[in-house]
Amino acid sequence: MKRNPPSPLLRKEAKIAWLMMAPALIVLCIVAVYPVLRTFWLSLREMSLKNPGSGFPFIGLANYAETFTDSRAITDILFTAKFTLITVALELLFGFGAALLMNQPFRGRGLTRAAILVPWAIPTSVSALMWKFIYNDQYGLFNDILYRLGVIPAYRSWLSTSSDTFMSLVITDVWKTFPFMALLILAGLQMLPAELYESAKLDGAGVFKRFRHITLPLMKRTLLVALLFRTLDAFRVFDLISVMTGGANGTESIAIYAHKQMMSFLNFGYGSALAVIIFLVVFIISLIYMRFIGSDMLPIE
Amino acid sequence: MKHAKNLIVNILFYSAVLLFIVVLLLPFVWQFLTSIKPLNEISAMPAKWLPSAFNVQFYINIFTKHPFGNYLMNSAIVAVSATLISILIGASAAYALARLRFRFKKPLLMAILCISMFPTIATLSPIYLLLRSLKLLNTYQGLILPYIVFSLPMAIWLLTNFFSQLPKGFEEAASIDGATWADIFFRIMLPLIKPAVFSVGLLVFINCWNEYLYALSFVTDTRMRTVPVGIALLPSNYQLPWGDVSAASVVATVPLITLVLVFQKRIVAGLTTGGIKG
Repeated sequence: MKRNPPSPLLRKEAKIAWLMMAPALIVLCIVAVYPVLRTFWLSLREMSLKNPGSGFPFIGLANYAETFTDSRAITDILFTAKFTLITVALELLFGFGAALLMNQPFRGRGLTRAAILVPWAIPTSVSALMWKFIYNDQYGLFNDILYRLGVIPAYRSWLSTSSDTFMSLVITDVWKTFPFMALLILAGLQMLPAELYESAKLDGAGVFKRFRHITLPLMKRTLLVALLFRTLDAFRVFDLISVMTGGANGTESIAIYAHKQMMSFLNFGYGSALAVIIFLVVFIISLIYMRFIGSDMLPIE
Repeated sequence: MKHAKNLIVNILFYSAVLLFIVVLLLPFVWQFLTSIKPLNEISAMPAKWLPSAFNVQFYINIFTKHPFGNYLMNSAIVAVSATLISILIGASAAYALARLRFRFKKPLLMAILCISMFPTIATLSPIYLLLRSLKLLNTYQGLILPYIVFSLPMAIWLLTNFFSQLPKGFEEAASIDGATWADIFFRIMLPLIKPAVFSVGLLVFINCWNEYLYALSFVTDTRMRTVPVGIALLPSNYQLPWGDVSAASVVATVPLITLVLVFQKRIVAGLTTGGIKG
């Protein structure tokens, strides 16, 4: 089919559109696109701010090659992947559960919906501090409750062994972020057509059958969008770990390590390479999710 | 028999709901109780849940021994400025993306969505070097600028969603009446999505207020810190001053919780429109 040349009216409309977008696009190029490209560029250089006389020579992919022999980087990436998988899975579980609950009519539903916003609204660094105090080995709430319930025989130092520290971080992260998942899923649930459930009920489908054959398939897009955002956030985890453990006991995430390389060791070349790796992983994760979600992610048809 | 079964189901259900609400709120309640306990009761073993007296000393400490007033002001200035800028330039871009016809619209929207997913750490080193050469480290501008990296794409993305939900045909009707594009945008469309602008503004503001990594990296001057960083780095000799920390946490969190509860519906509407990062 041959394209008709655009009418003058359409051309005027396009011109206005670009004018209206110009300020935002220019600002985004300066504050977002340029820095990311420059990070790629810096990652190809030997650049230590401690040694400004070096002229920051170009070294190709040497920084990336270094990550393969840097056992700390490898450990951190594996830790981050494990943290991401476990927290996102738990958030999906609790988020879905909470959403199903809040979708039921019951007395106190308004209160529940308000309460679920509280963890979400608290700054991550503050919630990390709150929980750090809860995990305190002597006068923390966690020890107190578990001891009274008889779950633990004696007070424990929750932030001293690697497995306990990991569990503490996971609990804190899930507490803080599953409400977001729950709210997105709840919004999806509320858009499901009630008639489908009515007719399925008439056909004798039980609760689980209805969940499996109506709710899950229709919720696919909502769940994928929620999972996408949470996975990306979990993989670049920084605030929580930085405040709660500083990366001790084998809980250093790759973002923490990249930040240390740059801001503490002033190793901008190698630090940027680590940042690029995070960027690429996040990018690949988004591509995979987007393939499944398709273009209805966009607000236009 | 059926009645009794119902009763048991109900009791189980409401116990679960109650447990759920307790888990959501207890950490914050515990923080509040800690902040008003007399010093010796914070470190009581076993833990003393309810304070014997109402102690305001920690609240006085954070404003006298620590520059917490500065932190609040810094956070407010930075978060409000970044939000206003993002909404101002974001709204017109969002309008064009949602309602005007032009080429490359989809790739552009995808690009903006991608930018909103950029990990902060991936822009850290260039922005640091840029701010250092412009002498903007430890300034408000030096935080407002990087905050636009995540707040502007978020504002554009959400507002585009809201604009595209308005029924088609407004513009045609108006342009027949001889209104110009500027008239249509400022007089008709913007007032129509005022509630949505407010929702988006709240979300962007909360994201800026809670930001940690940029604020930690671009500010070294103690008095220029924002609330999240200031609290995390409260000075201590050998152990965190838990009383001060909990008082500061309460002061930092109560405004947010109030905002969220008062504007609950607006926030949920914004959060669930097109789904944004939490």
